[in-house]
Amino acid sequence: MGWFKRSPWVLHYNATSCNGCDTEVIVSLTPLYDLERFGIINTGNPKHADILLATGSVNDKSVQVLKTLYGQMPNPKVIVAVGLCAISGCVFQDCYNVLGGVDKVLPVDVYVPGCAARPESIIDGVIKACDILEEKYAHRKNTYARTQP
Amino acid sequence: MNTICEVYRSLSILERMLVFLVLAPFVGGLLAGIDRKLSARLQGRYGPPLRQPFFDVLKLFQKERIVVNKFQNFNIVLLFVFTIFSGALFFAGADLLLTIFSLALAGTFFILAGFSVGSPYSHLGAEREVIQMVSYEPMVILMAVGMYQVTGSFKVADLAQFQEPLILYLPGIFVGFLYILTIKFRKSPFDLSMSHHAHQEIVRGITTEFSGPALAIIEVTHWYENVLLLGMVYLFFGFNPWIALGMSVLTFLFEIFIDMNYARFKWQLTFASSWLFTAVAGISNIIVLNFMT
Repeated sequence: MGWFKRSPWVLHYNATSCNGCDTEVIVSLTPLYDLERFGIINTGNPKHADILLATGSVNDKSVQVLKTLYGQMPNPKVIVAVGLCAISGCVFQDCYNVLGGVDKVLPVDVYVPGCAARPESIIDGVIKACDILEEKYAHRKNTYARTQP
Repeated sequence: MNTICEVYRSLSILERMLVFLVLAPFVGGLLAGIDRKLSARLQGRYGPPLRQPFFDVLKLFQKERIVVNKFQNFNIVLLFVFTIFSGALFFAGADLLLTIFSLALAGTFFILAGFSVGSPYSHLGAEREVIQMVSYEPMVILMAVGMYQVTGSFKVADLAQFQEPLILYLPGIFVGFLYILTIKFRKSPFDLSMSHHAHQEIVRGITTEFSGPALAIIEVTHWYENVLLLGMVYLFFGFNPWIALGMSVLTFLFEIFIDMNYARFKWQLTFASSWLFTAVAGISNIIVLNFMT
């Protein structure tokens, strides 16, 4: 059964975003949108998280933190890039210290466009990420079964 | 209800323990689901489905096992074993004191688990858990003492079948027990060491370094513990099973209500207030009882 689909726990990291997308992520937890009705919890702890919601254009300072957070999450895990900055760097992409997008450093699974991304599209992105989480779990289980004697 | 009690009395001790071990996680999980749904409704949200805690635990069992210290999960398994041991003792009708001490031992292993990992968040959570234990433990012992004064027995089976309402003899102790029950349920204003509501301070205290199956075991242990604590509330009203069951449920709903209405206390206030409650409500009740009998 797909338990990941029923209870994806989210970790949110602001990789030098302008805070627009971050407030939208928080807004999607409010009574109006209520992410928790899908079982989604904003954990704030990478060791409990399944989905990494990364916002912002990722610069030289935040890239280390982003990599550390991703490394601390237990498998299976999924990255969702929220907002145009996290997808391409948006208007900041030519800055000297900006890497221009989360996918320059980590394997992004779902892109949520928008500047700032709407709460509806963020929720939609997380729900899509759940399916990928299931796929990754199935893949992981199969490869694990094959490698074991 | 009376037939249920009859059936329960006809079971042997081992069978009663087995009933607890099998049924308690379902009851505890359902209570956790009611908690989350009701909390959401009180906040004006729709809330997750009632079965959400089960989904969470089943998912956590499918996650990767990350261990930073090879002894950390040993402590968690001991926490689990001693909690279900004390619960099984309680529901088998054995000694109330042994139940309480075994539960305290389980709490100790939880603290050791918090200290066994390197994360400062986890250490902070463990230190706060020590303070919480010091806060609630006197009242739990006083509850057993008060019940002994009235009934002349520490055996849970005798206490549950005591024909007079214990609550009339022990109103102060019940109030004090309600106060520390909030700490035991890990509810606001006393959720210092490990909060249920994610994304609060110190990223979830003791459980910071526990992921996947270990976290799932902690959660299931908490369900067992909740059922055991509500069983203790049952004892106060044991003269009538229906009233007792109703009061246990009411107590749980009351704790949710308190949880929603209070911001977190500082540890000084938690410690001072719970000892004050223990002294005023608990000890005075025992002194009065002493003069009555």
